[in-house]
Amino acid sequence: MIGLGLRLLSAATAVALAFALPASAQDKVKIGYAISKTGPNAGGASITQIPNYEMWVKDVMAKGGLKVGNKRLPIEVIEYDDRSNSEEAVRAVERLITQDKVDLLFPPWGTGLNLAVGPVFNKYGYPQLAFSAVTDRAPELAKRWPNSFWLLGTSKQYVDALTGLLKKLRDDGKIGTNIAMISIADGFGIDLSQAARKGFTDAGFKLVYDKSYPIGTQDLSPLIGEAQRSGADTFVAFSYPPDTMALTEQAKVASYAPKVLFLGVGVGFPMYPQRFAANVEGIMSLGGWSKDNAATQAYAKKHEEMFKRGPDRWGSQVGYSSLQMLEQAIERVGKLDRAAIVKELQTGTFDTVLGKVKLVDNMMQDNFWLIGQWQDGFFVGLAPQRAGVGTPVVPKPAWKN
Amino acid sequence: MLFEVTLSGVTLGGMYALVAMGLTLQYGVARIMNLSYGELLVAAAFAAFWFYSGLAVSPVIGLIVVPPIAFALSYAIYRILLQPLVRRAKTRDALEVDSILATFGLLFVIQGVMLALFGGAYFSYSFLSVPLKIAGATVAANRLLALLLAVAIGLALYFGLTRTRIGTAVRAVAVDPVAAQLVAIDVRTASALAFALGGALVAAAGVLVSMFLTFNANLGVVFTLKALVVVIMGGVGNLLGALIAGLILGLVENYVAVFVDPGLTLAATYAIFLIVLLIRPQGILGRSSR
Repeated sequence: MIGLGLRLLSAATAVALAFALPASAQDKVKIGYAISKTGPNAGGASITQIPNYEMWVKDVMAKGGLKVGNKRLPIEVIEYDDRSNSEEAVRAVERLITQDKVDLLFPPWGTGLNLAVGPVFNKYGYPQLAFSAVTDRAPELAKRWPNSFWLLGTSKQYVDALTGLLKKLRDDGKIGTNIAMISIADGFGIDLSQAARKGFTDAGFKLVYDKSYPIGTQDLSPLIGEAQRSGADTFVAFSYPPDTMALTEQAKVASYAPKVLFLGVGVGFPMYPQRFAANVEGIMSLGGWSKDNAATQAYAKKHEEMFKRGPDRWGSQVGYSSLQMLEQAIERVGKLDRAAIVKELQTGTFDTVLGKVKLVDNMMQDNFWLIGQWQDGFFVGLAPQRAGVGTPVVPKPAWKN
Repeated sequence: MLFEVTLSGVTLGGMYALVAMGLTLQYGVARIMNLSYGELLVAAAFAAFWFYSGLAVSPVIGLIVVPPIAFALSYAIYRILLQPLVRRAKTRDALEVDSILATFGLLFVIQGVMLALFGGAYFSYSFLSVPLKIAGATVAANRLLALLLAVAIGLALYFGLTRTRIGTAVRAVAVDPVAAQLVAIDVRTASALAFALGGALVAAAGVLVSMFLTFNANLGVVFTLKALVVVIMGGVGNLLGALIAGLILGLVENYVAVFVDPGLTLAATYAIFLIVLLIRPQGILGRSSR
């Protein structure tokens, strides 16, 4: 009830909320984060990110606290709403560091906000384990800010994986060379479509329809219609969750069934199979899930029990793994020495729900799926080529009503 | 193809008109610039979602149940929260400023309640998403339903306002609340009714929109803005104006998306808005009374 009251307060007055107790010496670990609880980012943040934070804290507390040296310390969480605003996020992170004096920080949601708070994390030397940011600048940023980790990879990685997949399908004679592509005119869509434009043409594909649409477009049927008339075998959309839902629905209504249907963020959300049921069969997107990994399956089950909905099949497992890595790094360092924790994160090998993870240049290496496809109600990983990789189902089965 | 694009443009426009009609009543008659308008729409969408997935009740039932609740709620909001402002305000402009501030606060209250109940995640469900063939073009049944309802509500209210006694009273209040009192019209009741009716309309829009749009607790402002554009373009307080303006916007958006570039739809919307404001500042069907 207090939580609910406070949440109301935070939304109603935009005043940050804190489950704060008076501070004292190292008898607990203070962890702070600023995240989008309101505003346009809230949808993504509350599906992929916030549940991971709450779940990890609960898991650690169930073990008796965070292991620092030979003691287990309770965790105190300080949470602010950045209102999906980068200035607000920077202010909140500074406040967490200088006034609340937190021991550790969790990152905000999304590429834009992670870039915005990067300099602050770096200035004070806090590890920044960004797992909801996709940017081609990741390698450069990891050099500039050695405390920053870009776990979800670069746009180029995704496009290369998708292109490789399409190329193989074309060489096998399953699809033609024409691709229709649409993208949202915002960070994610712009980055991915730019990389794809180059990747597709370099691989000998032809973009017969290539358009971007503004955020908040409420009717995507004209775009589906144009893609349909273009006659391309492959339809690729770098879309945000609301558009991904609308595109799926519109494609179904228009009986538009390209051989490859690739859609953007949201296909891996739990609400997607809930809404489209058997019609998700054959739809591809970013992310993917391993069939034979008991750890991710247990994670998904726990997620469902705790939040009454499953995790996002793209970023969620990477997010939880990043928190496990942080936990293990602290345990190995034995104290809350942030420089040493960063060093351990850079060089150590960690046991996570994704399996063994060792970062190279502050990024993951084929530890998770870049491209996946719904097959028999399971979002199977199709690329990169690693253990447990699935075989693409092409052409996508016809829509059922 | 032209027909198909026109059809989808008309259904989109119908949705815009539907979303805007409640606001045109609230703003045009009750003189309340309701900034929490979109939040009420999203709340109705959540109610429909909850009916559908929690109670397994069809959203069509939601369409019958939710608007009366919204009517009562809006009536209460007007009587308790807004009437003191009306009583206090010396001029219409003062009331407008006060109502903007009060409903801005209300926006956060409604949003906060929705966040507490449902969190910030996206919600959607599938209902009537079946293709209908009309003269060779395909349209989704749920969107067509929204269009038909917008037209039906628009016409019904138009005739209600022009052909009935109480409707005439409401229009009189819209034109001149002071003079209306002189001919024994209960201005307060008429305003409260108009505001509550606007609330019922936006709730109906929310239920319909939830059938095909994905929403979360933060989406309200998108609808408020769109409704405001339609209301001002159509002429404040004019239901037919809202219908026409909504249809124009829907058609322009879809024509631009197909024949020019989908990236320019927003620009086209605001270009049309500007042109209308330059040529007819009072809106397409608005009267220049002030």
